Amino acid sequence: MSDILLSLRHLTIALPEGADRDFAVEDVSYDVARGEIMCVVGESGSGKSMAANALMGLLPKGVRATAGEVVFDGQDLLSLTEKQHRELRGLRIGMIFQEPMTALNPLMRVGAQIGEVFEAHNRLTPSGRQARALELLTEVGIPQPEKAIRAYPFELSGGQRQRVMIAMALALKPELLIADEPTTALDVTTQAQILDLIGDLQRRHGMAVMFITHDFGVVAEIATRVCVMREGRIVELGEAREVLENPQHEYTRALIEAIPSNAMPAARQVDQTAPLLEVRHLQKVFRSRGGLFKPSREVHALNDVSFTMARGETVGIVGESGSGKSTLGRCVVRLERPDSGELLLDGIDLTSLKSETLRRERRRVQMIFQDPYASLNPRTRVGMAIAQGPIANGVDRQQALKEAGDLLDLVGLGAAAAERFPHEFSGGQRQRIGIARALALNPELIVADEAVSALDVSIQAQILELLEDLKQKLSLSLLFITHDLRVAAQICDHIIVMQHGRIVEHGSAEAVFLSPQAAYTRELLEAIPGRAHVLATA
Amino acid sequence: MLYARLIVSRLFKAVIVLFMIIIFNFFLIQMAPGDPAAILAGEAGATDAEFLRQLTERFGLDQPLHVQLWRYVSGVAMLDFGFSYRQQVPVLDLILARLPATLLLTGTAFVLSLVLGIVAGSLAAARVKKPSGSLIMALALVFYATPLFWVALMAVVLFSVYLDWLPAYGMYTVGAGLEGFAFALDVGKHLILPATTLALFFMAIYTRMTRASMLEAAQQDFVKTARAKGLKNSVIQRRHILRNALLPIITLAGLQAGQMVGGAILTETVFAWPGIGRLMFEALQQRDYNLLLGIFFFSAALVIVFNIITDLVYRLADPRIKEAS
Amino acid sequence: MNFFARFAQNRGALVGLIILLAIILMAILAPLLFPESPWRMVQRPFLPPLETEGFPLGTDTMGRNVAAGLMHGAWVSLLIGLVSTTVALAIGVPLGAIAGYYGGLVDDALMRFTEFFQTIPNFALAIVLVAIMQPSITSIVLAIAIVSWPPVARLVRAEFMSLRHREYVEAARLVGQTNATIILRQILPNTLSPIIVLASLMVATAILLESALSFLGLGDPNVMSWGYMIGAARTVIRQAWWLSFFPGVAILLTVLALNLVGEGLDDALNPKLARERS
Repeated sequence: MSDILLSLRHLTIALPEGADRDFAVEDVSYDVARGEIMCVVGESGSGKSMAANALMGLLPKGVRATAGEVVFDGQDLLSLTEKQHRELRGLRIGMIFQEPMTALNPLMRVGAQIGEVFEAHNRLTPSGRQARALELLTEVGIPQPEKAIRAYPFELSGGQRQRVMIAMALALKPELLIADEPTTALDVTTQAQILDLIGDLQRRHGMAVMFITHDFGVVAEIATRVCVMREGRIVELGEAREVLENPQHEYTRALIEAIPSNAMPAARQVDQTAPLLEVRHLQKVFRSRGGLFKPSREVHALNDVSFTMARGETVGIVGESGSGKSTLGRCVVRLERPDSGELLLDGIDLTSLKSETLRRERRRVQMIFQDPYASLNPRTRVGMAIAQGPIANGVDRQQALKEAGDLLDLVGLGAAAAERFPHEFSGGQRQRIGIARALALNPELIVADEAVSALDVSIQAQILELLEDLKQKLSLSLLFITHDLRVAAQICDHIIVMQHGRIVEHGSAEAVFLSPQAAYTRELLEAIPGRAHVLATA
Repeated sequence: MLYARLIVSRLFKAVIVLFMIIIFNFFLIQMAPGDPAAILAGEAGATDAEFLRQLTERFGLDQPLHVQLWRYVSGVAMLDFGFSYRQQVPVLDLILARLPATLLLTGTAFVLSLVLGIVAGSLAAARVKKPSGSLIMALALVFYATPLFWVALMAVVLFSVYLDWLPAYGMYTVGAGLEGFAFALDVGKHLILPATTLALFFMAIYTRMTRASMLEAAQQDFVKTARAKGLKNSVIQRRHILRNALLPIITLAGLQAGQMVGGAILTETVFAWPGIGRLMFEALQQRDYNLLLGIFFFSAALVIVFNIITDLVYRLADPRIKEAS
Repeated sequence: MNFFARFAQNRGALVGLIILLAIILMAILAPLLFPESPWRMVQRPFLPPLETEGFPLGTDTMGRNVAAGLMHGAWVSLLIGLVSTTVALAIGVPLGAIAGYYGGLVDDALMRFTEFFQTIPNFALAIVLVAIMQPSITSIVLAIAIVSWPPVARLVRAEFMSLRHREYVEAARLVGQTNATIILRQILPNTLSPIIVLASLMVATAILLESALSFLGLGDPNVMSWGYMIGAARTVIRQAWWLSFFPGVAILLTVLALNLVGEGLDDALNPKLARERS
C-alpha cells in the first residue's frame, strides 16, 4: 500500500490519574491507506477506540495524547487548534458510533440533523441541504426516504437509525470514515445489512475506513488490513487474509477461534423416555396498559410454544431481540406468568402454582443472569449472596455459608472469596458467583439467560468451559438462551430457533446448523459475520 | 383532536382533585377543636347568635354528618363558598376581586424566574469549574436558602426606605387617579419589588436545575455525534444540549406552581399587594376560616390550571409524547 | 477513599458542617447563657445593637433581648426541622416502597394519593392545617410533615421501580426469599443514599416553612422562633431594621449550611466515578 492517508506514529494517550492503568494506548503505530478498510480489533479496555477519538479531537475529559503524532494527509492532527479540528470533522473525516438508539438527538427531525452537517461547513442553502439529505437517505437504503426525512429518531428502528448516522457521516464525502463498533448493538441480520452497506459505500466512494470492532467475524467479512490490540498495545498487525489464516500471536488465535466453526459437540445420549421439562402451548401477551383516554397495545411475546427437554440435556433457545426467547426463559422460572399453556417440570405444572407454594417450589428451577454487574447486590458479601437461597429454604445459616464456600471452590474462585463484596470481582468472576448461586439450591433445571453475552470473547470461552465442566460433573439440565448462534453451537445438544414469539425450528444442534429447514434459520446463519471465511477455509 | 382529548382527560382529573379538596376542607372543619359553626363564623361572627343560627341551618350542622357533607359539597360545586362575616361580603366576590392582582404577580415572577434561571443555569453549565460559573452557583445557593419574606423586607428597607427608588406598599398609588399608560407604569413600578423578590427563590431553583440538566445532557451520545459533524460549540450548546435539558425543567416548573402560590402569600403580605395571598393573611388574622378555606380551594385550582398548561407545553416540546399517548 | 474523605473534598460541605455545628452549639448553650425566658422584657425597647452591654443585638419592640431570642430560636428551628422530616420519612418511605415494589393497582392508588397532596399548594395547606388545628409545636410539625412527604414517596418509588427488576432482586425472588425480606434486605439498603441526601435537604425546607408560618403569626405562642421575631418586627422595619435582619441571617445560614451538607453527602454517598455500571 503506497497512498497513505492516515498515519499513527508512536501514539501514546495518557489516562487521568486514578484509572486502572497509566496509558489508554502506548506507543501505537499503524497506517491507513486511501481506499482500504482497516479493522482495529480488541476487547473492552484494549484502547482500540482511543486513537480514533484522538484523531477526531473527541477524547474524553482528562484523557490526552502525550506522545507521538497522528498524521492525516501530511498534517499532524494533534497540533491542530480546536477550530482547525472542527473544520476537519464531518468534512474530511466522518464518524459513526455504536449506539444508534442514543446517537441521534431525540428532539430533532432526521432531515434537520443531516442538514446540520452542511450548515456546520457552510455548504448549500437550507432547501439545498434538505434535497441532499433526501438523496443521502435514499443512498443508504432507508425505506420511504421522503417520510424518514421528516421523522424523529424514535420513529425509526435501530438499523434505520444507523443508516441515518451513515448518511450523516458521508454527507460531505469524507476521505476517512471512522466506524466505532457500528454493528455491535444491532441484531445479527441487521448487522449483516449494515456491514454490506458500509462495504458497498466504501467501494463506491473510494474512501478509507477505520473500522473498530471486537469481533473477528467482522474482520473476515470486510477488512483489508487488521490491527489487533490488547491493553493499549498492538499485538498483531497485517493483511487481513494473512492474519486470519496464519495468526502469529496466541491472543489473535484465541479471538479467531471465537468465529463459528462447523465442528459440533458430539451429540450425547440422553434419556428421552421421561422428559424433565414439558412446555405445552405456552401463550404470553404483553399489554401496555391503556388509560381512560388511550388505547392499549399488545405484543405477542409467546405464541403457542411447545417443546420437551430431557434430563441432563442442554437446549439452546436462539433468536433475535423481540423473538420471545427471554420471555420464554422468564416464564420457565416463573418470573413471568404465562397467560395460558402448561409448564410441566417432572410432571408438576409450574403455571398453576400460587404465591406461597410457588415460593417453596422455586428452588427447583434456578437462573443465571445476563449482566454480571446487576446480578449481585452490591451490599451483600458474596458468600451470603450464595447462602441466601438455602437460608430462605430453611437450611441452617452456618451450614449454608459453609456450602457457599464449597460452591465458590467448585466454580474456581476459592472459598476465601465468600468474605468479599461483588465490586472486588471482574465481570467473568461475578458470572462464576452467579453460577454458584444458581447451583446452591440443587435445582433440577437451570435457565441461563444470555449468560455470556455481556462478557468479552476470551472470558466467554472460560465461562462456557466452566458450564460444560459442571454439566459433566453434576449432570445439569440447562436451558441456554442466547442471540448468538456461535455460542449456542458450542454448548447445546438441541437448538430451538424462535422468531416473533413462535418456534420456527427445533432439532439437534448438528441438524440445525448443517441442514437448517426454516428459511429464517438459514437467514440467521448466513448473517453471521465471518461465516463465508470459515466455510472457505474449513 | 389529540389535544382536545388530552385536555378533557386533564380536566376530568382536575375536577376529581378539586372535589377531594372540598371533602378535605369539610373534614378539616369537623376535626378542628370547637363548634364547627363557630369556626365557620370566625372570631368576630361567633358572638352573633343570629349569624350562627343561619350557618347552622345552611350547612345543616344539626343534621347527620353525611347530610352536612352533601350540603357543603353541593354548595361549593355551585361556587357558593359562603359568607365572610367580618367583611360582610360573599367569599367568592372577595376572592374574584383579588385574583387578577395575584395572577399578575405570580405570572410576572414565573416568567422572570424561568428566563433568568435558564440563562444563568446555561451560563454556569458552560463555565463549569471556572470562577464565573462557581459564582453563579454560589449566588443560586444563597437565594435558595433565603427566606422569601425576609428578602422582601430587606428589599423594602434598601430600595424604598433607604434609597427611595421604588414604592414599598400596594399595587398603585392611591388617590393619584392615573389612567391608561400612566396607570400601567405606576402598577409596573409597584410590581418590581414583589415580583423580583418572589422570583429570586425560584430563579435559584431553575438555575441549579438547568445547570445539572445541561451537564447531564452534555454526556449524551448525540452530543458526540454533533461534535463529529464539526458543529460549533455554541450551536451544540444551544441546539442539542439546551433543548434536551429544558424538558425536565418544564416538568419542574409545573411542580413549582404550588410553591409559587405559597410564595405569593408571603410576598403579598409584606408588600400589601392586594391579591388572594394578602387576603389569606387577613383571613388568618381575623380568624375568618370560611374565607381561608375558600382561598385555599382557589389556590389549588390555580395550581391545577397551571399544571395543565405546563403539561401541554411539554407535549409541544417533546415529539415522543405524541406517539406514546 | 472513605466516606469522610469524600465528604471533606467538597469544601462547601465542610463550611456547611462547621456552620451547622455552631448553630447546634447555640441551641445547646441557649439555656445556659440566657437562662431567663426570651419572652421576658428586660430593658427598654428599641435598643440598637452593640450599644448596651449584655444586649449585643439590641432589644425588640417590647424590650426583649434579641440575642436570647436568637439562641433559643435555634433550638426550635432545628427541633421542628428534624422531627417533621422524620415524620415525613415515616410516611413517605413505606408508601413509596410499597408502590414501587408491587406496582400495578397498588401503585396507581398510592400515586394518585401522592399526586393529590403534591397538587395542593404546599404552604397554603400548611397554613390552613395549622390555623384550624391551632398553632402549637405539634400542629406545626404535623403540617410540615403532611406537606413534605410526597417527594420522599416519589423518590423511594422511583428507586424501588428501577431496582425491583434488577437481576439481583429477581435472583432473590427465585431462591424463594419473601417479599418482606426482599424489600428490607435487598432493595431498601440500596436506596438509602438518595434518601439521606433528600432528608438533609428536607430539614432545610422544613426550617424555611416553619419560619414562614411563624412569620404569619402561626408559630407556637410558647416558644420563641426566628420567624416570629421577623414577623413581630415587620411593622417597625423603618425604625428598627436590625430586629428583622439578624433572625433572617440566622435562618439563611442554617438553611444554607444544611443545603451544603446535603450536597456534600451526595458527593460522598454517590461517588460517580466508583458508581456501579447501571
